[in-house]
Amino acid sequence: MMRKKPVDFILFALTWLSIIATATVLILVVGYVLINGVPHIRPSLFALQFTTQNQSLFPALMGTLMVVGLSLILAVPLGVFSAIYLVEYAKRGSRFVKIVRLTTETLAGIPSIVYGLFGFIFFGVFLGWGLSLMSGAFTVSIMILPLIMRTTEESLKSVPDTYREGSFGIGAGRLRTVMRIVIPAAIPGILAGIILAIGRIIGETAAIIFTLGNVARMPNNLFDTGRTLSAHMYALANEGTHPGEAHATAAVLLIVVILINALSSRIARLIKAS
Amino acid sequence: MAKTNKFSLKNVDLWYNNFQALKNINMNIPSNEITAFIGPSGCGKSTLIKSMNRMNDLVEGCKITGSIMLDDESIHGHIDVNALRKRVGMVFQKPNPFPMSIFDNIAYGPRTHGIKSKFKLNDIVEKSLRDAAIWDELKDRLKKSALSLSGGQQQRLCIARALSVQPDVLLMDEPTSALDPISTAKIEELVINLKKDYTIVIVTHNMQQAVRISDNTGFFLLGEMIEYGDTQQIFSAPSDKRTEDYITGRFG
Ligand SMILES: Nc1ncnc2c1ncn2[C@@H]1O[C@H](COP(=O)(O)OP(=O)(O)OP(=O)(O)O)[C@@H](O)[C@H]1O
Ligand SMILES: [Mg+2]
Repeated sequence: MMRKKPVDFILFALTWLSIIATATVLILVVGYVLINGVPHIRPSLFALQFTTQNQSLFPALMGTLMVVGLSLILAVPLGVFSAIYLVEYAKRGSRFVKIVRLTTETLAGIPSIVYGLFGFIFFGVFLGWGLSLMSGAFTVSIMILPLIMRTTEESLKSVPDTYREGSFGIGAGRLRTVMRIVIPAAIPGILAGIILAIGRIIGETAAIIFTLGNVARMPNNLFDTGRTLSAHMYALANEGTHPGEAHATAAVLLIVVILINALSSRIARLIKAS
Repeated sequence: MAKTNKFSLKNVDLWYNNFQALKNINMNIPSNEITAFIGPSGCGKSTLIKSMNRMNDLVEGCKITGSIMLDDESIHGHIDVNALRKRVGMVFQKPNPFPMSIFDNIAYGPRTHGIKSKFKLNDIVEKSLRDAAIWDELKDRLKKSALSLSGGQQQRLCIARALSVQPDVLLMDEPTSALDPISTAKIEELVINLKKDYTIVIVTHNMQQAVRISDNTGFFLLGEMIEYGDTQQIFSAPSDKRTEDYITGRFG
């Protein structure tokens, strides 16, 4: 084997150092959460009803799944179809496209507490939805919309134009080209964006507490209040009376995130294979 | 034998925004012959071939005037652009199979034009691959991804894909420039065989290729058609000095 030049060696060492540093931090965080949390996981944590004794996380877990589901239903079609319009239909570089892009970029940079306040005032007060699943899901879906639009746009743009030419060249129209050629090729990227969005929803507290509320029960209907796991943790950590349950909840939250990621990449692979 | 013309172009001018890429092109392209376009890079060969199935419609700021007739019917008139592209197929410089199976690549065209029967599709796929001289190589792996094929196989697959919708004309824009000599030879042989059923227009940078396979050759320079005629004639006794300079390699 050829001897490496010093510069090569330094770069090599730096690369490894960064990998080790990243991995260490990750392992420390995950390890800390699991070691402190797992021993405290007990069946009562999953009781259907929250009581001061059991500190059940089940209602919050359900609340999380409901918020995630509902806001994805709202934001994914809107975000994906807007991105399709911008990339495949709108004139490239037109003023309209520029304005929409600027708006989404601005939206993406706004702190979530601002979304929370907006959601509270607009959905909660103005539309009279109060602290509810609806207010929460609408607010969060506005929050993740730019993320979904951007990632979808990027993955559509990364589909080579030669695919589109091939399709048009054989007499397929634009709709068919987009549906049959472009979108299937862009699906992995679109799904990656959705996974990121799920992560953001699960981790959100500020916007959620202002709109869904932070009541320890499962929403009974769309206009009922509730809480998510992150908001639940926030409450537990704030009260400080149940440190064991708080750690256990953190561990469950972490496991839920890992499960959702695994599930999504499994789905991505299935879609790609078919 | 009287030649019939597949395409007939009159006073064709084409602009990309303010840049005039084609200047007053007049030419007839005979049926069931191979017509080659040659000329230095940027002279408008691709632009011209792409205007024959209106792929230029997709380019923003592209404007075309004059008339292009296909079988005595204007391609800018009543004809639907998708129907036009079904009749006038295209093979591109870089092989561009879709990221799907070999079978689905070929079936995409017929499915687009409304054929659903599995039985018919099987037939079409086999016939197209046979016509593109690649059936024997691929018949056992139709379910495999088209992206797993070699460049030369991909290009023949793309030719099969173009044939799958039974076009009249095949437009080929430097179909062999990304391929090795053996794949190139296979495609040249294939193109010559296709001549009896199709009218073929081919852009090439390879002068020997034009001589080997084409019946007519057009030489282009800076958007103008300098000379057009019988291939033997053009290469043995060009009437324009610029054509001679180009084919003898004293140019660009
Ligand atoms: N989409 C476009 N927008 C603006 N100008 C273009 C566009 N496509 C081509 N042109 C210009 O038109 C002229 C002709 O281009 P064209 O691609 O037809 O040349 P060509 O003869 O095919 O060249 P090559 O041999 O390199 O493929 C060139 O000057 C090119 O820069
Ligand atoms: Mg070209």
